[in-house]
Amino acid sequence: MTHYLTRRSPFVIALSLLAFCLFGIALGSASGTTGFESWFTALRDDTAWQIVWDIRLPRSVGACAAGALLGLAGALAQGLFRNPLADPYLLGSASGAALGVAVALALFGGNPFATELLVRMGLTGAAFVGAVLAVLLTLVLARGVHHNLRLLLAGVIVGVVLGALVSLITLMRPDVLQGMQGFLLGSTSFIGWTSCALMLGVLLVCVVLTFVLSRVLDALSLGEATALSLGVPLASVRVALICVLALATGTAVAQTGLVGFVGLAAPHLVRSLVKTKNNWIVLLSSLMGGVLMLVADLMARMLLSPQEMPVGVLTAVLGGGYLLWLMYRSQTTRASL
Amino acid sequence: MADVPQSNNQGVAVNLPKMAFSVRDLHVSLAGQEVLHGIDMSFVAGRWTSIVGPNGAGKSTLLKALAGLLPVTGRIFLFDHELMSMDRKRRAQQLSWLGQNESVSDDLRVWDLVMLGRMPHQDWLAAPSAHDHSVVKSALQATQAWDWRERSFSQLSGGERQRVLLGRAMAVQAKVMLMDEPLANLDPPHQVDWLEQVRCLTSQNTTVISVLHELGMALQADDVAVMQSGRVVHQGACSDAATHSAVEAVFDKRIAIHSLDGQWVALPKL
Repeated sequence: MTHYLTRRSPFVIALSLLAFCLFGIALGSASGTTGFESWFTALRDDTAWQIVWDIRLPRSVGACAAGALLGLAGALAQGLFRNPLADPYLLGSASGAALGVAVALALFGGNPFATELLVRMGLTGAAFVGAVLAVLLTLVLARGVHHNLRLLLAGVIVGVVLGALVSLITLMRPDVLQGMQGFLLGSTSFIGWTSCALMLGVLLVCVVLTFVLSRVLDALSLGEATALSLGVPLASVRVALICVLALATGTAVAQTGLVGFVGLAAPHLVRSLVKTKNNWIVLLSSLMGGVLMLVADLMARMLLSPQEMPVGVLTAVLGGGYLLWLMYRSQTTRASL
Repeated sequence: MADVPQSNNQGVAVNLPKMAFSVRDLHVSLAGQEVLHGIDMSFVAGRWTSIVGPNGAGKSTLLKALAGLLPVTGRIFLFDHELMSMDRKRRAQQLSWLGQNESVSDDLRVWDLVMLGRMPHQDWLAAPSAHDHSVVKSALQATQAWDWRERSFSQLSGGERQRVLLGRAMAVQAKVMLMDEPLANLDPPHQVDWLEQVRCLTSQNTTVISVLHELGMALQADDVAVMQSGRVVHQGACSDAATHSAVEAVFDKRIAIHSLDGQWVALPKL
């Protein structure tokens, strides 16, 4: 079959992206004021070991995992809603997480990226619960998953209303404003190994589930009626995939805050590289999300070194810039046809 | 089967034609308003029936109901099995659907798109078999879309897209094909190609039911079902004079059906 040889194989792209991820993690573990030096002295020097193993490595691995979760959620959202502009936050999970954090901050005080384990656990837990509850609220308002437009509108409504509640809380308790701002911008600074393990575990579950269920996304790409005529169990799989979407987004948001554009840009990047079935698109988007987040995290650390930028600012600038370029490029290629 | 719809008082089942579809007292409501008001009809297996009627007569709704895409009251039998209680996958193997104006992802490759038609025959996680590949290949060749198999859907013109979608519907290799406005965007030579493909399908005992706007093409069918205001007012062979007058009647006698070189044509009555 010649048509298999003539196109870029998704398998090769997956391997390259994985290599990029590992390279990025290695690079991340060597970036900082002490640079590569800490790497070489790590075996002899306890402080250097601590810097590499306890601070830099989990941060890079965590950034990669969070990006992968967002990339997966983005591909899933775009496939489910058959809309290239869908992003992981469109069912209200972002504002739900923000509200969770705001409530937790207002009740207990503290910084969302505090290093004390208990505070951190409480806040990530609040963010996760908020995200999942917001998605559930969206589903209730949309009266199920059968109507795409109703779901999207319900997501917008939930987003606006919960956003208003967050504003109200920050207005009444100005002291939580700074902590909130840090969360809203997103940050990878304080990810520990526990968060990494959690994110990687959730990622594994989500990837396997999506890979198995993505057949329905393939059928859906022909339109809802045709998908039904092909005999796929549309309704039940859609519920399952929305649960995966909420789980992946909630987990990422809880650990790293609202990192924008990774979930939107990763699937687009993948689709510009290769046209293939949805199981590969989702897997590749996940890897691509990891790469994007690692790049953003590295730049966040290096651009203003020794100071740091919130990673969310960089993903927004990078992702937005890329999409703008993509938009203009597709316009000019279409015009020249 | 216990619920065979065929009433047969004399008990002679020998000469009765096999029915692909039997519909009993079918009512369909869309957005709270009843659109189909009690339809009773049958479609003989291995024949091509075209459904005609003025705008808003309920043609597409009837076709969708036959495909099991709408909640209905009444009973629909597909080869003597109740449609709604059939196994989802079995139904998908026997019934192929080509819809009208369905939004298809631009990023899909033509080959992958047509391969989706094989879905009812594949196991959930299995890779396409050699048979699937050969079916897709012949479907692409039959619709003359083989040359574009590597292109993405967005790179095709409207007529080219329609041919690919037709190939997708044919790749199911179902016993019954339902097509809503399959000639949309097709230029005359490809309309004739479509006609030949449908004839070829019916000669292999496939049942084809289509909704067609162009009466000239619709009258090429074996049978015509004439609809008006949510009811089937006539069903009969294309060559039948009664069918012609029923068609002329639902179009307010603004058209007339003439015979020309052994074919039927509908011309405006001025």
